[in-house]
Amino acid sequence: MKRPRFGAWLAFAVGVAYFAIPLIGTVEFSLRIRRGTYSLDAYGNVLSDPAFWNTFGFSASAAVATIVAGTLLVVPTAYWIRLRLPGLRPYVEFITLMPLIIPAIVLVFGYLRLYNSSSWLPMTGAPWSTDVLMVAGYVVLALPYLYRAVDTGMRSIDVRSLTEAAESLGAARSTILFRVIFPNVRTAVLSGAFLTFAIVIGEFTLASLLDRPAFGPYLQLVGANRAYEPSALAFIAFAVTWACMGLIQLFARDPAARSVKV
Amino acid sequence: MSLAWLGVVPFFSFAALFLLLPTAYLVVGAFQDNDGHFTLANLAGLAEPGIVSAYAISLEVSAASAILGSAFGFLLAWAVVLGGLPAWLRPMLLTFSGVASNFAGLPLAFAFIATLGRTGLVTTILQSVFGFRLYGTGFNILSFSGLTLTYLYFQIPLMVLILTPALDGLKTEWREAATILGASPFGYWRHVVMPILWPSLLGTTLLLFANSFGAIATAYGLTGSTLNLVTILLYAQIRGDVLHNPHLGYALALGMVVITGVSNALYIALRTRHERWIR
Amino acid sequence: MSFLAIEHLTKSYGSNQVVQRFDLDVKAGEFVTFLGPSGCGKTTTLRMIAGFETATSGAIRIAGRDVTHLPPNARDVGMVFQNYALFPNMTAAGNVAFGLKVAKKRAADIKARVAEMLDLVKLPGLADRYPYQMSGGQQQRVALARALATSPKLLLLDEPLSALDAKVRVALRDELKALQRDLGITTVFVTHDQEEALSMSDRIVVMSEGRIEQLGTPFEIYNRPRTRFVASFIGTLNIIEAKVVDARAGAIRIGGQDARVGRQVSVADGADCTVALRPEAVSLQDPGDGCNRIGGTIQDVSFLGAVVRIKVGVGQARIMLDRFNSPGLPPPSPGERVTLHFSPDDLVPLDAA
Repeated sequence: MKRPRFGAWLAFAVGVAYFAIPLIGTVEFSLRIRRGTYSLDAYGNVLSDPAFWNTFGFSASAAVATIVAGTLLVVPTAYWIRLRLPGLRPYVEFITLMPLIIPAIVLVFGYLRLYNSSSWLPMTGAPWSTDVLMVAGYVVLALPYLYRAVDTGMRSIDVRSLTEAAESLGAARSTILFRVIFPNVRTAVLSGAFLTFAIVIGEFTLASLLDRPAFGPYLQLVGANRAYEPSALAFIAFAVTWACMGLIQLFARDPAARSVKV
Repeated sequence: MSLAWLGVVPFFSFAALFLLLPTAYLVVGAFQDNDGHFTLANLAGLAEPGIVSAYAISLEVSAASAILGSAFGFLLAWAVVLGGLPAWLRPMLLTFSGVASNFAGLPLAFAFIATLGRTGLVTTILQSVFGFRLYGTGFNILSFSGLTLTYLYFQIPLMVLILTPALDGLKTEWREAATILGASPFGYWRHVVMPILWPSLLGTTLLLFANSFGAIATAYGLTGSTLNLVTILLYAQIRGDVLHNPHLGYALALGMVVITGVSNALYIALRTRHERWIR
Repeated sequence: MSFLAIEHLTKSYGSNQVVQRFDLDVKAGEFVTFLGPSGCGKTTTLRMIAGFETATSGAIRIAGRDVTHLPPNARDVGMVFQNYALFPNMTAAGNVAFGLKVAKKRAADIKARVAEMLDLVKLPGLADRYPYQMSGGQQQRVALARALATSPKLLLLDEPLSALDAKVRVALRDELKALQRDLGITTVFVTHDQEEALSMSDRIVVMSEGRIEQLGTPFEIYNRPRTRFVASFIGTLNIIEAKVVDARAGAIRIGGQDARVGRQVSVADGADCTVALRPEAVSLQDPGDGCNRIGGTIQDVSFLGAVVRIKVGVGQARIMLDRFNSPGLPPPSPGERVTLHFSPDDLVPLDAA
């Protein structure tokens, strides 16, 4: 009905140019490794590098661990707050928003001081406990998105009535949580999970300062020492992010899971 | 006595261990000397020229990318919501914004080096096709302007994502009511749209500001340690105690938390105000 | 001389005509209602008068001035919307002042006028409240004050009561009507609620599928519906299939029994026709003087409180009648044989739709 305005098209065209050109530039640059001709050699070099697979695998496992730990922490808490302790809601919400205020680098600085090898809880003393610390840090970083997604999902299903209905049928608390509540917020959890995956997979600050063999520090290493491979990696990372967001879109058809982002 | 509080023990213990205590440790440490006595010397130490300039550059980059990001993000959101563009462009833009707002860190730095670096695609095309030497103008991707331009890649989409619902919330009836009461389109924007939107516009700008102030990976990937941002200085301090005083490092971290904390608090306050009106 | 004149107004989207050759003259000070189901074109017509939609063809004149192609802000009309449409960033006073402010009136005049308007809608104490601090009824009063503040020549009401609770709706309905009468402002009201239309209007335009079905006073519309659509849309009604015996004399047969219609029937002798009969026009008692008498069997009795609704089978036809409840007279029971009495004037032949 309304005719598109010139200004709108102009803004949109500038936007498309700004967002598309770096992607084109990245792809073009990644193909330049051989003088005078385009080739996929940079991708070949990256994909045949065992360090790529090792670090990517490490970060992917860390992401999965983050998602599992985060979900187990957030879903029961959000459920319990809605059901029994609504008075604590503002405090829980404030805590889940704090990671937006405290930069990751400050957080990890605190970890290194508080949990160093000569402290009361020497978590950085061994590789496995450092991994635990790193995943805990990732859960903290994902908290704002995860909690919001789950809480929004719970708002739309009326947990109280569901719980009472299940109780009246004789179900135990744990059965209710895992059989009734979890399935009903599954889409919300899934979209929170993919977002978490996208954040964790290339995360640099925590992994680097905790000295873990993750994908982020690997990217930094390649970036500092190679010319064309970083572009290939950037393109692969973009594709991974795109896949995560695509999966969110796919699952977010359900309106309960929609407002994932702040 | 109800035992309901037991249900939230895991959450609060986790938050205490991995969020509150580490932060509190730094905050307390910022006010202590090496022997654990109270002092304000660490905060005073932030006045060192190297630290002041780090804060200054960080603030400038964050402010520039936040203001430009919200201005252009607003334009884009306006174009798809109210500008009369074809409806199918809207979900495309929103999906892409979801991707781009999370596409930060090292890969983003690589993408911009490949595009606007010394041998990047745009740099070479400008040189060979238009004879324009981008680097002759003093531009450098490893500089303030280059970093700002790069940050916009996740700042603009974030603005689009947050502002699109706000623009959707502008009811058609408001425009019609204003028009039939005699207002011109400009009068409608001045008296109705801008007063309704400014809290979320300003609030989101503050969010973008905090977002780029705490960022490190993009800058580190782009400039290594040539650009002296607070985050990069803090990173170097953690790695090798370049300030030769761990407590000065705590003060540096405290300064960052105060800055991001204030802008986020203002963001939340402004957002609450907006939501109250729109209910 | 009509104040608002609408001539041959048409609106189409592509090949879809949503308003077809709409003609209407509204006198100064008159309260006219567009009544019809959703999608009948009533809102589109109102929005063309306001200037939010452009007419495909035809003309609209307000107080002798052709406004067909004027923008809304040059038409000098006031409008109240279904969902209040108050500006959320302004107080009640700020909302009422808006039209005066953009008209660059003096601050002191604006202040006086705002106070006057808020008094008029009985909200003098709420000047500093924001819309989110007010109830729906209060918001709609402020919206009304805002629309009237600039003293427009014409007031347009787009389902202003539909979003309100039932109780508030009735109270505001009466107030709105009283206010309109006191101010003498020409008003066009759009609604899908027949009770609102009947109780408030000087005249009603019943619309269906973009066309005017009938134009008349509430009394005429209710008692003498011209088409089957109008008859079935307004009030509860018996629609009875009958056979014409003598069109000139108005003689028909209902369920094999003779009945008379108070006027000519425009259908050939021996053909089928449709007649309408209000339930409250039928009585079980014999009023005497030359009324129709038809025998039937009671099929169903519903006790509705003040009214008892009785369904009577007459051959193939079924006739509903309403009787006031009376404590001394228990309702009849199904299966009883009864005689229905009704005046020939109440039996309304309908145009074939």
